[in-house]
Amino acid sequence: MIWFYLERIFGYWPVLLKGMGMTIGLSLLSLVIGVVIGFGFGIIRAGGNRWLSRVLGLYIDFFRATPFLVQVFIAYFILPVLGIELSAFAAGVVALSNMAACFIGEIVAAGLKAVPTGQREAAIASGMTRAQQMHLVVMPQAVRIITPSLVGQFVLLIKDSSVVSAIGLLDLTRSGWLIVQSVPNGLLVFGIVGIGYFLICYPLIHLSRRLERRSQTAFL
Amino acid sequence: MLGGLNTRVMMEYLPEIWQGFLATLFLSTASFVGAMALGVLACALTIQPLRWLRAPAVVYVDVIRATPLLAQLYFLYFGLPRLGVVLPEMLIGIIVLSLNSGAYMAEIIRSGILSIPRGQVEAGMSTGLGYMQRMRLIVLPQALRTTVSPLIGQAIVLVKDSSLLSLISVVELTRAGQRIAIDRFMPVEGLVATALGYLVLYYLLKSAAGAWQARNSIPGRG
Repeated sequence: MIWFYLERIFGYWPVLLKGMGMTIGLSLLSLVIGVVIGFGFGIIRAGGNRWLSRVLGLYIDFFRATPFLVQVFIAYFILPVLGIELSAFAAGVVALSNMAACFIGEIVAAGLKAVPTGQREAAIASGMTRAQQMHLVVMPQAVRIITPSLVGQFVLLIKDSSVVSAIGLLDLTRSGWLIVQSVPNGLLVFGIVGIGYFLICYPLIHLSRRLERRSQTAFL
Repeated sequence: MLGGLNTRVMMEYLPEIWQGFLATLFLSTASFVGAMALGVLACALTIQPLRWLRAPAVVYVDVIRATPLLAQLYFLYFGLPRLGVVLPEMLIGIIVLSLNSGAYMAEIIRSGILSIPRGQVEAGMSTGLGYMQRMRLIVLPQALRTTVSPLIGQAIVLVKDSSLLSLISVVELTRAGQRIAIDRFMPVEGLVATALGYLVLYYLLKSAAGAWQARNSIPGRG
């Protein structure tokens, strides 16, 4: 009986493969955009301009406070009202990379603040410009501190990408949802979907743990 | 941008939004209790020495952490009827949320316990305290101080995650907001009302975490 269902599910392998591709593509694209904007956010949040930092803090708080599902709906249903028409894929990328940027921004800001002030003072004393201080002294040390949390954030990003299936994007979760309509065995179908996610996320979780252990010993 | 917001319609749907808000609060609270129980159990199993008791707890935590909540939700929502178990959507939602958050809580509690310096435990041993006494009198009270803030953080995650239950047609805050979108074709009004509800819960929990931190941090140690 179980073989019968397995055979039918694997008859849908093009759908599963397409969903897997969408999940990976969407996550990677949002990851790149999210990291770039997130580092910008982090530098502003940890930087000297109090007001800019506070306004950005409110923006970030909003996206940390609301569920990702609501953010996806905002990108898909509210942005068009403001004159920005987005396809489901574009809305997914916008919502996902924006949320990633908000969380990464806070991580980067915390990392920058964790670098001892003596480092920056030494950089100032040796006559570096502000850009040089950041680029050559502070940021490299901050990156070392935050790398484990960044990898952890990537895992969250991949898992959150499943929510975009709610606006009809055919990702891994959506492909499972489609298959379960004709193969009525939810445990099997979503078991396979779960294995798909596990294969991507579990190595990353391990990597994050290893990096964490390494950075702990590095600072002792 | 929000000048054209139809506040009259929002007021008209206020009772439904309020109901949704209460439902979200209820779902999160119930799941928090369930997750706490599961988290303590899984944590206790992972830190005790017996391998065959530890393995299932480790597998549970890793599998939950490596798969998305939505897939877990669909797994039970579409899967349980297959096993002949028919439960109301709300109960399935609470079970899935508890299972999901339980894994994260196990990790939070574990790292709280492991953060206690080894010397504390050794001091307990040398004064002749048994395992349970050391846990109850020395380790857990100190672990509590560092654990409460991340646990409140997990509660925030839980509140947000409960929005996914709207996808299996549980009526909560997100679903209530969608009603305005569907009945009146006013998605903006619905989403604004929904977002406001979550913001209230977020700031309540965030300030609770801050207050705890302020009262219980050790000067110089954070």
